[in-house]
Amino acid sequence: MAGREPAYIAGAFEHPTREAPNKSTMQLHAEVAKGALADAGLTKDDVNGLFTAGVPEYRSGLSPLVIADYLGMDASYVDTTDYGGSSYVAHVGHAVSAIRNGKCDVALVTLAGRPRSRGQATGSGAREVRTVQDSFERIYGATNITMYGMAARRHMHEYGTTSEQLAEIRVAASQHAQHNEHAMFQDPVTVADVVESRVVADPLHLLDCCVISDGGGALVLVSEDVREDIDREAVEVLGHGEAPSHHDAGRIDVTRTGAESSGERAFAEAGLGPEDIDYASIYDSFTITVLEAIEDLGFCEKGEGGEFVEGGTLQAPDGDLPFNTDGGGLCSNHPANRGGMTKVIEAVRQLRGEANPEVQVDADVALAHGTGGSIATRHGAATVVLGREGR
Amino acid sequence: MTWEPRPVPEVNPETERYWQAAASGDLLVRECPDCGLVYHYPRSLCPDCFSENVEWRETTGRGEVYSYSTARTMSGWPEDDLPLVVAYVELDEGPRLMTNVDADPEDVAVGTRVEVQFVDTEDEDVSIPVFAPVED
Repeated sequence: MAGREPAYIAGAFEHPTREAPNKSTMQLHAEVAKGALADAGLTKDDVNGLFTAGVPEYRSGLSPLVIADYLGMDASYVDTTDYGGSSYVAHVGHAVSAIRNGKCDVALVTLAGRPRSRGQATGSGAREVRTVQDSFERIYGATNITMYGMAARRHMHEYGTTSEQLAEIRVAASQHAQHNEHAMFQDPVTVADVVESRVVADPLHLLDCCVISDGGGALVLVSEDVREDIDREAVEVLGHGEAPSHHDAGRIDVTRTGAESSGERAFAEAGLGPEDIDYASIYDSFTITVLEAIEDLGFCEKGEGGEFVEGGTLQAPDGDLPFNTDGGGLCSNHPANRGGMTKVIEAVRQLRGEANPEVQVDADVALAHGTGGSIATRHGAATVVLGREGR
Repeated sequence: MTWEPRPVPEVNPETERYWQAAASGDLLVRECPDCGLVYHYPRSLCPDCFSENVEWRETTGRGEVYSYSTARTMSGWPEDDLPLVVAYVELDEGPRLMTNVDADPEDVAVGTRVEVQFVDTEDEDVSIPVFAPVED
């Protein structure tokens, strides 16, 4: 997005709760919207762009209607692109486009949900057969974890990746989570803890999987004009890319993800490359999700992700590629089973110098990447490159 | 949701022939004579060239395990069917299809040669292809 009018993330808010038995999903949407607007120094009446996806209790395509209704919000522009967990990373790019085209100048992106309180056993539950694709996949008991398990198995087969290497990803996340008072799991774990945890779907163990949490988050994006009127450090959106990736008529390669395309597009738009990234938020539904994304975003060669993550590479503040310094979905929060929102929020915190002090990185440029759906069938990939103002 | 004896797929006009063939012991794929693509899952136009001139093709029912994962726990699935090997099998004709491998998980590896078998559903016109290891 170099050479074009800048657009900014001016507000970011992560709901502090991880379990909300006594709240409604809409209430959580409202609380995160209020939090992000307060963070930006703006009010509800300033919002004219509404970006949201997947209110689970409602028909997904109607999410913006129920949200606008509940919040009493007028909007001149609405986007409800639903890529699963990558949606909220995509929404950042979509909001920037809408702002640049004069369709809105204050865009609100929200996510909320209560899968934990609703007793959803994410990842290991057999699902109802509802689509043509389900009839060729879900009828075989293909759960989220078995599908990511297939990705991990093939990666191990082709590249010699080990369970211990995947475990390094959880170890780094847990090192960060110990400094996050809101994280669901705050105790650091070792490689042995991960590989000795119960196998859920070979070769993935319980600690290779993310948490199930209630909560949500919101972002506020603004135009240059609005940016000049508010007294708050903002983050510039430098580049955005996205890509749906799928079964490809039977030619699927489960070791590769849409991050190859979404990352390349985001870097091209930013005029930057992986070597310029000081901090990375990478969607971590499972450890293998991170490993494949790291390779596909170009932080290392394909197949070398296992070696790359060894030796504390991902650990803040001293690793070469500090990642998910809030503890990520693996240890802290995976609100509504959709991790893209918290990926952007922690990247914003890093660029504003508001991460937890023990994991704060000296970051000028950060990346946030989302993966939604399943890398073993079809998924959305969305990447944004963000920059500190005056960097 | 019916899980016993097996989940029943949603049969539609595009896929009816596939499921009925399975009930007769044949595994079909789609082939596009215009561009040569052999593909799965079945659909009425070629996803590469958009030709609607696509044909059904019988397969040998043989292939090898491309990848697999063994579900040790699964809510909503019969306990007796666990552990369950969920796999992608790459057919000798080309396409990779998701399926189960009916075997002790210890006897399954990437590259294991497998052959199709068919499992009944509650709908007598519909059977589901799964695979089992085979000596080549």
